[in-house]
Amino acid sequence: MKRQLLMLTAAVAIAQSAVAADLKPAVVFDMGGKFDKSFNQGVYEGVERFKKETGVKYREFEVTNPSQREQAIRKMAQRKANPVLAIGFAQATALEKVAKDFPDTKFSIIDAVVKLPNVQSIVFKEQEGSFLVGMLAAMKSETKAVSFVGGMDIPLIRRFNCGYAQGAKYAVKDVKVISNMTGSTPSAWNDPVKGGELARSQFDRGSDVVFAAAGGTGIGVYQAAKDAGKFAIGVDSNQNHIHPGTMLTSMVKAVDVAAFNTFNGVKEDSWKPGFNVLGLAEGGVDWAYDEHNKPLITAEMKAAVDQAKADIISGKIVVHDYMSDNKCPSL
Amino acid sequence: MSNKTLPAWIDIGVIPLINVCLAFIVSGFVILLIGENPIEAVQYIITGAFGYGEGVGYTLYYTTNFIFTGLAVSVAFHAGLFNIGGEGQAYIGGLGVGLMCMSLDSFMPWWALLPFAIAAGAAFGAAWAFIPAYLQAYRGSHIVITTIMFNFIASALMVYLLVNILIEPGNMAPQTRSIVESATLPSMQELFAALGMDIENSPLNISLFLALACCVLVWLLMWHTRLGYAIRMIGFNENAAVYSGINTKRVIVITMCISGGMSAMVGINEVMGAQERVLLDFVAGAGFTGIAVSLMGRNHPVGIVIASLLFGALYQGGAELSFEISTITRDLVVVIQGLVILFCGALSLMLKPTIEKLFVKLMSSNKPKENANV
Repeated sequence: MKRQLLMLTAAVAIAQSAVAADLKPAVVFDMGGKFDKSFNQGVYEGVERFKKETGVKYREFEVTNPSQREQAIRKMAQRKANPVLAIGFAQATALEKVAKDFPDTKFSIIDAVVKLPNVQSIVFKEQEGSFLVGMLAAMKSETKAVSFVGGMDIPLIRRFNCGYAQGAKYAVKDVKVISNMTGSTPSAWNDPVKGGELARSQFDRGSDVVFAAAGGTGIGVYQAAKDAGKFAIGVDSNQNHIHPGTMLTSMVKAVDVAAFNTFNGVKEDSWKPGFNVLGLAEGGVDWAYDEHNKPLITAEMKAAVDQAKADIISGKIVVHDYMSDNKCPSL
Repeated sequence: MSNKTLPAWIDIGVIPLINVCLAFIVSGFVILLIGENPIEAVQYIITGAFGYGEGVGYTLYYTTNFIFTGLAVSVAFHAGLFNIGGEGQAYIGGLGVGLMCMSLDSFMPWWALLPFAIAAGAAFGAAWAFIPAYLQAYRGSHIVITTIMFNFIASALMVYLLVNILIEPGNMAPQTRSIVESATLPSMQELFAALGMDIENSPLNISLFLALACCVLVWLLMWHTRLGYAIRMIGFNENAAVYSGINTKRVIVITMCISGGMSAMVGINEVMGAQERVLLDFVAGAGFTGIAVSLMGRNHPVGIVIASLLFGALYQGGAELSFEISTITRDLVVVIQGLVILFCGALSLMLKPTIEKLFVKLMSSNKPKENANV
C-alpha cells in the first residue's frame, strides 16, 4: 500500500513537472520552528498537504535569529522561488524590504499586513473565535469564573485573551475572568509544566473552564484540567480529541488552510495580492464542534453561540480588537 | 606552564586546529547518519560563509557580535569570574543604545550620536552587570548563578517594556519605531559605495571597526595598565592579590562593569546598525556564544577575533547549509556548533598530553646527539 502510494506520488510528480517548472513554492518559518505544535506547525501541515496532493516540492527555512528573516526571504526570491510564504508578524519588516526588490515574485505573509502590489497579507480575527469560546466557557462554568493561559506575553496573545473575556462577559455578565501568561521568553510556547501549574492555580482561584492559547504549553493545561475534573479549551487546530469529555471545544484558526490556499492559489492562478482578513465570516476562525465534545455542549449553549456567530458576521456584535489600540475594555 | 615542553605555535595554533577538525569529523558522521553527504555539507558551509559577498557580510556581522561578547567574557575571566550574563547585559545595553538613539536621532547624524549611544549602552550594560558583581564581591552570592538569573530578568523586563511601553503604536510586533535613517550606522555597503565599490547587501556595518578597536583597548587594559594587572592577579590568586594590597572587591565590581559594558556593544551592532530598532531577542544567543569564543580564544583578543570568525562562519555557513539541504534542519546545525564548542572548549586539553609526547619524540629523534649531551 505504502509503495503504491509512493509510486502514485511519483507519477503525480512527473505529471506535475510541467507546472512545477514555474511553480517553486517556498516557506520561511519563524523562530518557533515548524514543530512548535501551534502556529508554525499549522503552516507546515498546510504546505505538507499541498506537497502530498500536488506532488510539488517546496523549499523551506526556519530562522534562528532576527537577521535571518530578511536573509532567508531574499534568498528564496533570488532562487526564483514563487510564491514565497512568510510566517508571522515578525517577518513583516523583512518581507517589505525584499518584496520591493523583487516586484515579479509573489509574496504572502500570514499574521501581518504588508501593503505592496506583489504581497498578499493574510490576517486572522482571533478575537472573534475567542469571543465564541469565551461565551461557551462562561455558560459552562458553574463557579462563574473562567480563566485564560497565554503563551508568551505579546499583543497577539492578548488579542485572544481580550476576545475571550469579551465573549465570557457577553454570555454571563458578572463572570470573573482570570488571565495568566506563561512567560516572557519564546520558551513560554513550550512549557507544559508551567502551563499545568498556572491552570491549577487558576482552578484554586475558582475557575472551572480554562482556555489555553499557548502552543505546546497548552498540553500541560489540558492535562491539569483533566486531572482536576475541570474543562479546557484548545487552540489553533481542533484539539477536542486530546481529552474527550474534558475538552469543551477548540478555537480553530485555519492557518493550514491559509498556507495551502496560498500555494494552491498560485498553482491555479487564482492568487491575488492585497489584504485578506479571515474572520468568522470567511471561515478563518471558528469554534470546534465534533463527536468528542458533543455531550458537553447543550442545545441552549449551541444556539446562543450560533446566534452570536451570526451577529458577529452581520456586524451586530463588534468584537473589540486588542491590537487596534493596545487596550482591552473587558479586562 | 605547559609551554615548557610545547612551543606556543603548537599550543595555540595546532591543537585548536586539530580540535576543530575532530569536531568536523564527528559532525560528518552525524550527517552521514541522516543520509546526507558530509563533504557536500562542508562545501556548503564554507562557500556559504566565505564564498560570496553576502555570505562574507553575514559572517562578519555575526563575528562582530561575538567579538564583543567574547571580549566581555574574557575580561571577567581574567579575574576568575565566569560571566554567564552576557546575553542579558547585551539585551539591556541594546535598550540603552535604542533609547539614546530614539531621543536624539532627529537632532544629530550618526557620527555625532555614536559616542552618546556607546556611552548609554555601556552604562546600561555595566549597570546590569553591577548588581551581580556587587552581590559577588560584598555578599558572596556566586556570580554564575546571579548572572544567569539576570538574563531571565532582562528578558522579562524587555518583554514588558516592548509590549507595554516602547511598542510602536499600530504595530503588531513588539518592537520600537525604527531609528531615523540618518542616525543609523552606515552599512558596509554604503561605506564601500562611497568609496566607489559595489558590494552585496548584508547587515554588516561599521561597528566591526568598533569591535576591532575594542580588541586593542582590552589588550591595552589587560597587559599595559595597573588595573589590568590587578584583574589578572585576582584571577591567578585572589589571596595573593589581597596580600599585595589590591582592593579585590572594588576591582571585581569594576571588572564586571567593564565586561557588561563590553557585552552591551552588541546593541550598537544590532540596534543602531543591523535592525535599526529595538526588538525582542535581538541578541539571539550571542552572549552565550561569547563564552565559547572566549574559551577557544584563550581569553586573548587575537584568539577571540579568530574564534569569533570561526563561529561567525559556523552561524552563516550553518544557515546556508540548512537552506540548501532541507533534511539538515537548524537543529542539526546547532549540533555541529555544539560539537565544535565541545571539542574546542570542554575537551581542548584532551589531546594535549598525546601531542606533547609526540612532539618530544619527534624532537628527540631529530636531534639525538643534543639530547644525549643533555
